[in-house]
Amino acid sequence: MTVTTDLVSYEDALATYDPVMGLEVHVELGTKTKMFCGCSTTLKQGANSQTCPTCLGLPGALPVVNEIGVESAIKIGLALHCEIAEWCRFARKNYFYPDMPKNFQTSQYDEPIAFNGYLDVQLEDGEVFRVEIERAHMEEDTGKSTHVGGATGRIHGASHSLLDYNRAGIPLIEIVTKPIEGAGERAPEVAKAYVAELRELIKALDVSEARMDKGQMRCDVNLSLRPKGQKEFGTRSETKNVNSLRSVERAARFEIQRHAAVLNSGGTIIQETRHFHEEDGSTTSGRIKDNAEDYRYFPEPDLVPVAPSREWVEELRAGLPELPRVRRNRLREEWGISEHDMQSILNADAIGPIVATVNAGADAASARKWWMGELARHANEQGVELGALPITPEHVARVAELVAKGDLNDKLARQVIEGVLKGEGTPDEVVEKRGLKVVSDEGALTAAVDEAIAGNAAIADKIRGGKVAAVGALVGAVMKATRGQADAARVKELILEKLGVSEG
Amino acid sequence: MTDIIKLTAAEIASKIASGELTAVEVTEAHLARIGAVDEKVNAFLYVDREGALAQARAVDEKRAKGEKLGPLAGVPVALKDIFTTEGIPTTVGSKILEGWIPPYDATVTKKLKAADVVILGKTNMDEFAMGSSTENSAYGPTGNPWDLTRIPGGSGGGSAAALAAYEAPLTLGTDTGGSIRQPAAVTGTVGVKPTYGGVSRYGMVAFSSSLDQGGPCARTVLDAALLHEAIAGHDELDSTSIDAPVPPVVEAARNGSVQGMRVGVVKQFRGEGYQAGVVQRFDESVELLKSLGAEIVELDCPTFDLALSAYYLIAPSECSSNLARFDAMRYGLRVGDDGTKSAEDVTALTREAGFGDEVKRRIILGTYALSSGYYDAYYGSAQKVRTLITREFEAAFEQVDVIVSPTTPTTAFPIGERADDPMAMYLADLCTIPTNLAGNSAMSLPCGLAPEDGLPVGLQIIAPAMKDDRLYKVGAAVEAAFVEKWGHPLLEEAPSL
Repeated sequence: MTVTTDLVSYEDALATYDPVMGLEVHVELGTKTKMFCGCSTTLKQGANSQTCPTCLGLPGALPVVNEIGVESAIKIGLALHCEIAEWCRFARKNYFYPDMPKNFQTSQYDEPIAFNGYLDVQLEDGEVFRVEIERAHMEEDTGKSTHVGGATGRIHGASHSLLDYNRAGIPLIEIVTKPIEGAGERAPEVAKAYVAELRELIKALDVSEARMDKGQMRCDVNLSLRPKGQKEFGTRSETKNVNSLRSVERAARFEIQRHAAVLNSGGTIIQETRHFHEEDGSTTSGRIKDNAEDYRYFPEPDLVPVAPSREWVEELRAGLPELPRVRRNRLREEWGISEHDMQSILNADAIGPIVATVNAGADAASARKWWMGELARHANEQGVELGALPITPEHVARVAELVAKGDLNDKLARQVIEGVLKGEGTPDEVVEKRGLKVVSDEGALTAAVDEAIAGNAAIADKIRGGKVAAVGALVGAVMKATRGQADAARVKELILEKLGVSEG
Repeated sequence: MTDIIKLTAAEIASKIASGELTAVEVTEAHLARIGAVDEKVNAFLYVDREGALAQARAVDEKRAKGEKLGPLAGVPVALKDIFTTEGIPTTVGSKILEGWIPPYDATVTKKLKAADVVILGKTNMDEFAMGSSTENSAYGPTGNPWDLTRIPGGSGGGSAAALAAYEAPLTLGTDTGGSIRQPAAVTGTVGVKPTYGGVSRYGMVAFSSSLDQGGPCARTVLDAALLHEAIAGHDELDSTSIDAPVPPVVEAARNGSVQGMRVGVVKQFRGEGYQAGVVQRFDESVELLKSLGAEIVELDCPTFDLALSAYYLIAPSECSSNLARFDAMRYGLRVGDDGTKSAEDVTALTREAGFGDEVKRRIILGTYALSSGYYDAYYGSAQKVRTLITREFEAAFEQVDVIVSPTTPTTAFPIGERADDPMAMYLADLCTIPTNLAGNSAMSLPCGLAPEDGLPVGLQIIAPAMKDDRLYKVGAAVEAAFVEKWGHPLLEEAPSL
């Protein structure tokens, strides 16, 4: 097998071709129990501890639909401006795989619970792009296979595999877009913005935490290219399980460049699934997915049709929360920030934490500053989402309060945050334990300033001579002497005062 | 004292309640009978001697303490080996589940335990309930107690033979295309397929989910009603179970009458393939009904002729999916797991070795019928036929209260005769299948012996959905009239084993 990794530059690819995308997002619902049995969905115990005859597919066991699962699906459908089916059925998707207990997945086929909707997504420059929704349907998750003995955890080369069915039967909603056309060079950005917007929506509906890092939300990126001006779609590739916003954008971008390279060299795109690699943003071939794959769908005879009454649907519609984009526009005005800043906050998944921090008493600017700065950096370093950091909005609000009161400067505040993240306690406890307080005692500060001037006579002379910029070195010396616990601005004032120089 | 094993379930229950018999005596008598004859009959796949005696002792203790006993307390029952029984093997007549001990009870099993019946064991059946002769069991065929060289019907041949051989007064069956009624017909016993959704399917190993229905098998109409009442009712664990009161079947069985009833005779249920003696006994039954005060109405139901074809698309389609779970990963047989083969290979080898020919035939048929490009022509069309048959039944039941027909076109055929001719085998269910497709209720009860071979003939009574009580009302009247005419129950004429 030859691995073609030659890529066409993104600009060249877009000069010749027009990308068409289809995005399939799976959302794990946050219901207490599984979709078709009473097993708990809280995955924290040992392998196969959360199973029963139904989710293990034991002979004779039967499914019963989780009503909250249906309700969640309807809520998602309504929030996506979909029509809600008056009558629909589950269907069996038949294929063999050891982690699927019944060797069919209970899903929906030609009768989805929600269909024909749209989601408006806002790009970084404020442009709104409408993504049409084909359908949202209910299904169940599979179990988990762990392949042991192979090099990469893949089945190839493994000596044996372990099966854990705790995840089997967890409710999933699959949301499928219609072909996304006309995004042009912004296609990868649209893909990312769509997934981000959908995630916000799911969270606002409170039907799932939608944590991509935990696999609660997973995206498959279908992409094809067609020569500019052509109507018919090209052959698509399906990049599976792209599990972060950044990866969604990178995967789309990579596939555009790869497809272009194949097409430019006279080759044909193979309809196949592809694996995305976080390390270098590339994709590699998975399994060939031609039309020979036949799931032999048929209506699930063990379940009765789902026929949500119109009254119920309207009740759910009336109870929908403020939708994320509306809310974001409101917050953007309240916070007085730009579209671009808001987009960055959205991408960092920081809206919730910031709002919670403001609710805990902080002003919006500092809440934003800490979450988007120091905390985002920590999250990034640890490769987790912001919400997963072991710090609460109340903690952040307290840090902001201490800074506002002058008890901490920014540098000390960062140390406090670091302490909280390391599990040293609340901000106040960290301040106490680490002895982090701004030295505001003028006497002690003046002594340190005098010492610094005396110890750095040459620099002091330079400053006296007009090279005010050199004051940094003296400030640094004072800060060092006070172990960073001085207010740097005040130190600078004191030094200049002592040397009889003014900053102008 | 009359022989315990010849007593009806109703008699046993009343003798235990009155103290005339203990549950342990009754159980021991049946265990002894099983020990004496089952080597010849092969009705049982598993006899739970210890469990049965323990249950019997518990019933006797309960009675001694003056606790309230259910209407079937202490009565022995054998279950078709398709119902899961916690701690007791459940094979579904297949090698692929050999040695599997279910960790849970079927709803029906639970209900029986709660009713204080004594579970004797599990009865033989065609593998996965696919067949009309019990020859497809992986554990050897069951003999018909009327003639051990003949089939006892199927798939529930074990349950029917156990009754006819007096090994149990009550047994449980499942009926997907006739698997309760056809065995009842050829063994001279009573079998009822309740309305679809009337008895929970939870814990009943699925063959064809939209057709399968558990039901009672007995030697008398009243006994069947008592068992029916014990197992029926809504079950939250089965989404297709009907949330409505159980039809008053016991009351109906105690008050048999056809006076003033309109009884339908369907033109399509006779003709080519029907044995002369079967037709003769059926015609006599119709005359009997007339003499008992029923009005006979001729019915034309042309779509019934399509029932068999539709059934052999729907049932295999559903079975191809239902049986996919037998993949050697979680339970049952595992073949070829020597460390060199892939999971896929182990699954394939296990299914190759574990399933019998008929099961494989139907899985292949169903896989094909559901395939893209064929779905509309096969599965889709079959579902349309099903709708038409349901409508034809509905129209018929506007004119009549019940419909009667022969249960099966012939009497018990010799073991081996149709084993290599699936189409001939499938014809045994000609009269029973339409009811499964429509989901309504039906009963088979004995209506005499065919003159040419001296073997039992079954009369089928069909009632609308959730009107199961009509089966018992009519059945009890017919049974009483026949017993009076013959001077004894038909089974008395069976040779002793």
